[in-house]
Amino acid sequence: MIPLSGNLDSAKGKVSEKVGPVSITRGTSTLKRGFAHMLKNGVVMDVTTVEQALIAEEAGAVSVMVLDKLPSDVRKAGGVARTASIRVIEEIMDAVTIPVMAKCRIGHVYEAKVLAEANVDMIDESEVLTPADELRHIWKWDYTTPFVNGARSLAEALRRIEEGAAMIRTKGEPGTGNVAEAITHIKKVNDELRLIKSIYDSGDNQDLIRMAREFKVSYELVEQTAKLGRLPVVNFAAGGIATPADAAYLMSLGCDGIFVGSGIFKAEDAKERARAVVLATTFWEDADKVKEAQRMIDERQSMLGLDVKNLELKMQERGTA
Amino acid sequence: MSLNIGVLGLQGDVAENIVATRTAMGTLGLKGTVKQVKTPDEISALDGLIIPGGESTMMGQMSLVNGALKVIKEKIQSGMPVFGICAGLILLSKNAKDRVVGKMDQPLLNLLDVRVERNSFGRQKDSFEAEISADSIGVPKTKGVFIRAPSIEDMGTDVQVVSKFNEKVVAVKQGNILAVSFHPELTHDVSLHKHFVGMIKPKKK
Repeated sequence: MIPLSGNLDSAKGKVSEKVGPVSITRGTSTLKRGFAHMLKNGVVMDVTTVEQALIAEEAGAVSVMVLDKLPSDVRKAGGVARTASIRVIEEIMDAVTIPVMAKCRIGHVYEAKVLAEANVDMIDESEVLTPADELRHIWKWDYTTPFVNGARSLAEALRRIEEGAAMIRTKGEPGTGNVAEAITHIKKVNDELRLIKSIYDSGDNQDLIRMAREFKVSYELVEQTAKLGRLPVVNFAAGGIATPADAAYLMSLGCDGIFVGSGIFKAEDAKERARAVVLATTFWEDADKVKEAQRMIDERQSMLGLDVKNLELKMQERGTA
Repeated sequence: MSLNIGVLGLQGDVAENIVATRTAMGTLGLKGTVKQVKTPDEISALDGLIIPGGESTMMGQMSLVNGALKVIKEKIQSGMPVFGICAGLILLSKNAKDRVVGKMDQPLLNLLDVRVERNSFGRQKDSFEAEISADSIGVPKTKGVFIRAPSIEDMGTDVQVVSKFNEKVVAVKQGNILAVSFHPELTHDVSLHKHFVGMIKPKKK
């Protein structure tokens, strides 16, 4: 079990109030991280319209992420990528019953406030959009709405958790249809987790403190993570996932679930592909079922994809680590 | 006697329910296995099933695809105790509609004689923790963790109210079915899981 600890006493996002005669509390770590736990083993799909959101829900997505443009179109368009139109987000919230997420720019406190007011279920502080602050991320403890952040290493993941992220995802390289970077990132996180767990198991406190200094996070968080041998929040794969086999492979590497960006709605067989990716994520342990899922798609209709080496823009390098 | 309890493992907070059930069995001094189940074969062999929190639309569709939905329904009809949590409550119900979207066309088990309102308390920002009680099943006080929780709007005469939050029904029992709209598996209190395990095998005194 993943512990739901990690409360910050000064968190402004935690609100106590009376509803009728009863006292309730909103925005606690249990509620924010618990929300992410309900998404486990599921697929979150990037959508830009109500039609796409309905296709995603019908296919069995556990949530949709609303963008103005899919990541591969953000890449093509260039310029500044900002949060999606509030009206589109509202239309989608009125059309589907599954949770609705939206992205804000890294460090853009007021895009995040606007999304929280719009009542999205989770905010993705995302490198797919143009960073608004090159030095800092949002202090997420101030929000009642939970956040998800991207990470390429354990240090990055722990820094985001220390800032109040309720969920982590790999960064991968968004909008490429190329899963290589997501695989590299989750393997790096796993390797580093194994390292700190072995230090913890050996009882070498000094070396654990050394790791905390290297990671630039508190000793308590490193110790808690080392003891668990995994991130203390739900960890999804994201960035470049395009096929059922991509999703199943990342699940097998210990990811708790999958984000699919351009991979579905940039393919020509979006409807079938959405169902196939959900199927492969659900039954990733069963190679025969993953094969069946892979049969549902036509590789000639997959998005073309990009070689990461030749990219002009590496989204994963945006914002401070 | 050794109990074989499964947590429907298509999606959602499966691991948390496995831990809570194992803890509950430990405190009751009961032996058995608690594991994740996905396939009709695994479900056929169970003495009790937990349908955990997650997204009910996804669980309904995936259990329809692999034939699990049919087996779950037959097992519950033949008396197997089941504990539905949040999405599990929705899946067990005869009727579900969404507070904003309205009538849903989603696969349901159609067993628990209630009408469920999905997302009854609002979206995630409105999710809350509050103290609740379930006196009728011997739980005077527990922490209710409500995450985009449903509530029960209407119910048949065979359904017993187990807990309410302000006038909304949030836990019910109907024969071998226990269903709650909040998440006991996210707290340290395993009393509801203990009650469920007790439904499978009455406590020896």
